[in-house]
Amino acid sequence: MYEPSPQNAFIKFCERVGRTTVSGVEEIGHGGVLIGESFYWLIYGPRVKQPVRLGAIFQQMMEVGIHAMPIIALLVASIGAMLAIQGIHTLRIFGAESRVTIGIAFSVVREFAPLIIGIVIAGRSGSALAARIGTMKINQEIDALKVMGVNPVRFLVVPSLIAMVIMVPMLTIFGDIVGLVAAGLYVNADLGISMAAFFHDVVDILTIDDIMHGLTKSFLFAILIAVIGVVNGAGVEGGADGVGKATTRSVVQAISAIVMTDMVFAFVATR
Amino acid sequence: MNKHANNVIEVEDLVTHYGDREILKGVTLDVHDGEIMVIMGGSGSGKSTLLRHLMALETKTSGTMRILGQDIDNLTQRDFFDLRKKIGVAFQGGALFSSMTVGENVMLPLYEHTDLDQMTMEIMIRMKLEVVELGGFEDLKPSELSGGMIKRAAFARAIVMDPKILFCDEPSAGLDPVVASALDDLILLLRDAMQMSIVVVTHELESAFKIADRITVLDKGHILMVGTVDEVKNSTNERVYNLLNRVPEDENMDMDEYLQRLTGVEVKEETIL
Ligand SMILES: Nc1ncnc2c1ncn2[C@@H]1O[C@H](COP(=O)(O)OP(=O)(O)OP(=O)(O)O)[C@@H](O)[C@H]1O
Ligand SMILES: [Mg+2]
Repeated sequence: MYEPSPQNAFIKFCERVGRTTVSGVEEIGHGGVLIGESFYWLIYGPRVKQPVRLGAIFQQMMEVGIHAMPIIALLVASIGAMLAIQGIHTLRIFGAESRVTIGIAFSVVREFAPLIIGIVIAGRSGSALAARIGTMKINQEIDALKVMGVNPVRFLVVPSLIAMVIMVPMLTIFGDIVGLVAAGLYVNADLGISMAAFFHDVVDILTIDDIMHGLTKSFLFAILIAVIGVVNGAGVEGGADGVGKATTRSVVQAISAIVMTDMVFAFVATR
Repeated sequence: MNKHANNVIEVEDLVTHYGDREILKGVTLDVHDGEIMVIMGGSGSGKSTLLRHLMALETKTSGTMRILGQDIDNLTQRDFFDLRKKIGVAFQGGALFSSMTVGENVMLPLYEHTDLDQMTMEIMIRMKLEVVELGGFEDLKPSELSGGMIKRAAFARAIVMDPKILFCDEPSAGLDPVVASALDDLILLLRDAMQMSIVVVTHELESAFKIADRITVLDKGHILMVGTVDEVKNSTNERVYNLLNRVPEDENMDMDEYLQRLTGVEVKEETIL
């Protein structure tokens, strides 16, 4: 029988770490190439009569954006109310509960709306993208596109990427409003501050910078979600179980990437 | 540098790998303009792989390939696209786009590569679907079709641009004899009426003998022989003969080995009662 010695196990471990690192770097490379190619087709495509189709973008925008609005409204409203509840509870200790608006406005617009929407879209649309491309790959549909002289990046990737890059920031604006309204309603109910007064405060507190902070982040999240979805989908090997694995991986990777980017962004933006 | 001015495909000494495994081991093959070339060979002999290389879907290890007179190694992207518009492919599994209807599938090449208006395109796809006996099915999704119908829809999509070269991987496998025979007639018609050059991979001997101008017999990545139907039928090559007459790989395999292959269990003397 084969007895794994400690050295052996260590070498195995190193090997595994090495291989994972290499394939990770490779995937990041694929992602970079994908973004480059997407730009190429967006700009150069029309010249070789291979334009990116507006219809396809529009369809993806409906799918990514419009259809996600109910769930996002629900989640962001809950977060808004939660922030109001916690904020009032905490500030009551200092008898400063009427200042709760500051915390709510900053948190919703700078952090929670972009983050929650990024996570929802990663789970909803990023995974769908990985599954769609993975399935197309194993069914040879990608090959079929290639032999027809239809570039798959232009035909499949660019519309999804554009749809995400437009819709995720749009959803963030939508989320900002819903989150603030929900918080306002709670504040109104608990502290008796009128909605008008609440929003007057909000507008006073928030600068364009704060809103742009959230929007820029959601723009980055959109790119991350799309690229991670496509790279995982395109990497599918084998059959249906391969698609399942790629889908799960894409969600986990996208959410991790979003949370880490969020942290880095917060750090850089507050310097 | 064409060897023959009338070759649409010229492959010389093509060697290919999947990973470390050598699949095609030096394949040399010509397809003449307007002929039907049938590629035969056992399962796993590399037929689909050869076809995928002819479609430039895979990277080869070595060798040269000229398609329609153009060396596919030195093509600009634009020439490459133009070349692809002249090639139609019906994949082994159909490869229809599952998110689109049958009609949209067949229409896609027209939509992407021509400036035809919607009406004209619809008439054209209806004609092509009629040809493969799928008239009236254009609004169904691929998931609502049977396996044979998917193959025929894929065939319709492959010919919608009236390509110069048509590749078909097992077009008639799994079709009922009537439809399979109709598809054979269609392939012959495409050659005669449109001067298409057609490369067909098939297992069906009857169909192969009916449609082929020439047959290439592939075996474990080598070309065993290229010849007309009669030449192949009368071949004295043992492996060709075995393939045509469905003789198992090794007739002289002994019983133990046979059982072992069937069951995957190593058969020892004492196991047999
Ligand atoms: N994507 C792939 N990755 C690795 N190996 C592959 C791949 N596709 C095919 N092969 C290998 O290449 C060899 C030839 O396969 P190919 O599909 O060309 O056979 P075939 O002649 O078309 O068989 P069939 O008649 O069953 O379709 C097989 O040994 C197969 O294992
Ligand atoms: Mg095959």
